[in-house]
Amino acid sequence: MTKSDDMLSPLARQRLMSGAALVGFFVLWEVVCLAFGVSDLVLPRPSQIATVLAHKMPLLWPHTVQTLYTTLAGFVLGVLAGVVLGVLIGSSRLAYDVTYPLLVGFSSIPKVAVVPLFVVWFGAGTVPAILTSMVISIFPVVVNVATGLASTEPELEDVLRVLGARKREILWNVGLPRALPYLFASLKIAITLSFVGTVLSETVAANKGIGTVMMIASGNFDVPMVFAGLFLLAVMGVLLYAVSALAERRLTGWAQRKNDMAMA
Amino acid sequence: MSQAFIQLSDVMLRYGGGTVALDHTTLGIDKGDFVALVGPSGCGKSTILKLVAGLLRPSAGAVIAGGREVGAAGATEPAGRHASAAPRLRIGLAFQNPTMLPWLTIRENVMIPLKVVDPFRQDYRRKKKGEYAERAEALLAQVGLRGFGDKRPWQLSGGMLQRASLCRALVHEPELLLLDEPFGALDQFTREELWDIMQSLWLARRPTVLLVTHDLRESAYLANRICVMSARPGRILETRDVGFARPRTLESSYAPEFAALVQQLRMRIAEARSGDAGRGQAQNESDFTDAQDRKEVAA
Repeated sequence: MTKSDDMLSPLARQRLMSGAALVGFFVLWEVVCLAFGVSDLVLPRPSQIATVLAHKMPLLWPHTVQTLYTTLAGFVLGVLAGVVLGVLIGSSRLAYDVTYPLLVGFSSIPKVAVVPLFVVWFGAGTVPAILTSMVISIFPVVVNVATGLASTEPELEDVLRVLGARKREILWNVGLPRALPYLFASLKIAITLSFVGTVLSETVAANKGIGTVMMIASGNFDVPMVFAGLFLLAVMGVLLYAVSALAERRLTGWAQRKNDMAMA
Repeated sequence: MSQAFIQLSDVMLRYGGGTVALDHTTLGIDKGDFVALVGPSGCGKSTILKLVAGLLRPSAGAVIAGGREVGAAGATEPAGRHASAAPRLRIGLAFQNPTMLPWLTIRENVMIPLKVVDPFRQDYRRKKKGEYAERAEALLAQVGLRGFGDKRPWQLSGGMLQRASLCRALVHEPELLLLDEPFGALDQFTREELWDIMQSLWLARRPTVLLVTHDLRESAYLANRICVMSARPGRILETRDVGFARPRTLESSYAPEFAALVQQLRMRIAEARSGDAGRGQAQNESDFTDAQDRKEVAA
């Protein structure tokens, strides 16, 4: 909303400032630790964490890949199941009203409580981790897709209904595109939750993955290693979030139009 | 009574909430005719349109469009595709809102009927880049939107969207064109310009048109026949033939006989409303019930 001749510079300034905030955060952390002589058993300095990351990377890498793979597998399965359920629930008023309480019930179960159950059913390892990650990411997707479909303006559907379109055609041409922005909003939530699910399950019952590494490291009071694990999780989380956000921009630009989009 | 192209016979419609929108409504429209429905707001004009379109089913009576019963009386659900085995009437529809799908370009929006309606849909994949796109562009050019086909709906003004919406209603060469206050949300200048465009489109193709409008000048400018409806529950009070020569122009709309017709229509509607005075606060209440109508239709 500023003058048109600063159109680019506010964006550049904003990027610069968020970069500076990131760097500043780590510098402040380092300085505070040094100034107060905080032990690395309590809070290691960023430079110590970086050293651990650099030295232990060959060891950490397979675990990182494992966590990433598990999370993605759970996420993809969760989203697929979520979309299917969401379409089923959202395409009929009756289904929406009938199943919603059930859905809320399932979603309010703390997912930590489900992990031991998965371990009993499938044994410790990758499977319960994938399942936890899936179960935790289904709910936001189902709710958003169903809401997106249910809130489609009847006038938009009437345009096709008058032409004699079948229910399937209306769903495909109006309902689903209309629900797409809702789906993407939920993907950003689901991918973050997926990580929570995976790490949760890895800390409880697995022999591979960042969650396991962190459990073992904290058992050995190797706090810098715990922080190294945290750092890797954060990086993966940010990357996957960015991928979701990018896909969202490309596929549903119409729903988040801005001046720059309109000119394109 | 002989069967017209569109025939409503003694139709009654009661909405879910118990409101009777139409009662004993009988209306016949011949093929190729241009009929306007006018009346106090909330009198069920749009309801008639939705009945003809098959979006609603009559609670009693019959609605026949193109020799095919649109929806059997008594059924509560909107008429679906399997309502009858007879070939479906090709219908074009334009609302007061342009209802463009925001994720499609203007051209893609205009091409929607070609994607859905027989026999165009069979060739849609093959022709959507060539013949169909050209067809859409040609129509857009006719309404003054040449070169806007690649724009997105939010990049166009309300008047431009309404023009595009007319194109979408016409692209599949409908036998029946249903217009629900299509120019209602536009400014006076744009509206008069679109009347002219609408008239030339009709003169060129001669579809059967049913126009619902609040604007009496609009009805007199465009229609061959004007049906005046009573306040709710709506009935057709009077049908007026409009004999003015075509093409009509804005100048002709200021001729004395044109003004006289509009004046008579206005009086008739005023009568229809005052006949309803027992309900009190006619103005405010009827506006309110009109809005309620829409909600009930949407539900």
